[in-house]
Amino acid sequence: MDTATLDQAATKQEQAEKDGNAPVIAVVDLHKSFGTQKVLNGISLSVKRGETLAVLGRSGTGKSVLLRLIIGLEKPDLGSILLHGQDISGLALDQKGEIRKKMGFLFQHAALYDSLTVEQNVAFPLQHHKREMTKSERGDRVHQLLAEVGMEAAVAKMPSDISGGMQKRVGLARALALEPDILLLDEPTAGLDPISSGEIDDLVLKLQQEHHMASVVVTHDLHSAKTIADRLALLNQGSVVIEGSFEELQKSDIEFVREFLKHS
Amino acid sequence: MDPALHPALPTALPKQPDFLTAPLTLTSSKRVINDFLTWFGDLGIFFWQVVHAAVTPPFEFHELFLQLDDIGSKSLPLVALAGAATGVVLSLEARYSLTRFGAKSLLPAAIVFSVIHETGPIITGLVVSGRVGAGIGAELASMKVTEQIDAIEASAVNPYRLLAATRILACVVMLPLLTLAADVSGLFMGWVTQALVEPLSLHQFINSGFKSATFNDFLPPTFKTAVFGLIIGLIACFQGMRTEGGAAGVGRAATSSVVLSSLFVILADVVLVKLILIFFP
Repeated sequence: MDTATLDQAATKQEQAEKDGNAPVIAVVDLHKSFGTQKVLNGISLSVKRGETLAVLGRSGTGKSVLLRLIIGLEKPDLGSILLHGQDISGLALDQKGEIRKKMGFLFQHAALYDSLTVEQNVAFPLQHHKREMTKSERGDRVHQLLAEVGMEAAVAKMPSDISGGMQKRVGLARALALEPDILLLDEPTAGLDPISSGEIDDLVLKLQQEHHMASVVVTHDLHSAKTIADRLALLNQGSVVIEGSFEELQKSDIEFVREFLKHS
Repeated sequence: MDPALHPALPTALPKQPDFLTAPLTLTSSKRVINDFLTWFGDLGIFFWQVVHAAVTPPFEFHELFLQLDDIGSKSLPLVALAGAATGVVLSLEARYSLTRFGAKSLLPAAIVFSVIHETGPIITGLVVSGRVGAGIGAELASMKVTEQIDAIEASAVNPYRLLAATRILACVVMLPLLTLAADVSGLFMGWVTQALVEPLSLHQFINSGFKSATFNDFLPPTFKTAVFGLIIGLIACFQGMRTEGGAAGVGRAATSSVVLSSLFVILADVVLVKLILIFFP
């Protein structure tokens, strides 16, 4: 295909995404194993622009692996991952990089660079991908991002000097630095007290409303999922047991769903 | 993959080369050879990925300068001290041996040739593999187990380019310069040791020592340390970036970085000395 045809296809896809006719993220029949352990067993999911999908499930059911597959940190054994209509499974590292510029990822433990300050952490993606920005423009953008997540007072602090909840806020600011249209959140409230969890939920909801991203949130916190997600998908033994709204999950008579809701 | 992400999975085997620790019995030797070849193959693939990342833009000059400073200037005192100590020992040993065989007049030349031909380069290689190899191995391993390398990749930055290529290139550039420092401090302290025993000016020492020396005696042994730098940087980055298994994995990565890079520096020296003798007689 020539460049003009590719551009045309990309414009069509973008318009379809805006109209809500095409998913931004589409995962089709995804399989992944580590050694003899089958982690994902034919998962298919899709997320539209402005929509948040919460992926729930017990620990070790492959929720985090699903996110790592979507951003390309792991390779699927079988199946495809389409982001903006483009299959990323077979792309080289630098090609994946071009797609990742439109994605934000919040790691479970924030994964802030421990040798950099909070400000430098948030500036990291801008330094590498917005080289045309002047130092003061970059500084302004970093302060704006930190203000969005309520962390403007911690600019000069090191990650080790702030709490887990604060680290997640900074991680979120870093994930939003390049104005992504796909946001992946891995256990955003794990290990936090109820008040901090609530604050993170409110923050994610606010950012989602402001930026209209396609978001996937992996969590085992049903309350959090109910607050921030439009749809929920429940995973068990590498497969999607049920997908739908919280009310649909509540009405389900599948034993595992009832069991999960009872203990959440 | 981080086992913490998958509590239900069996603990992943630590990616440390088993040939370092496995006892060499007849039954295990086949497995040890297999492990070594696998490790060597993975190292080759890693090297190719780093080379590919290093020659394609964007170039990470800022990180390269940071690494040149960290690897070069911060290793300088240690290398100079090690070179000085070697100079003193060489001077004492050479004096004893040459006096015994009635060749005391060759003392400055013996010290000069020993330092610039072999002791300066190899001491630099071993000191840097200890300081820098452990440092890079532990730093990258720690970044790996805390998902910081994944975070770099998720930020659309190539970690081979940002972390590995810059460190390896800095090692390659800095090793010959550090060798010069080791040579200078070794020769200076060699002269000081001689001058303390009997009057000998620095001028006399240099003149006598370098009288029959040529550039072939100096340049190839100095520049062979660029290969040592490649070995140290490559092995330390490789061991660090493939670490698994939390704090224990970080420790293993640091240890194996030092052990393997020192071992391969010595083995490479054997080959390089022979090649230098062939091509620069």
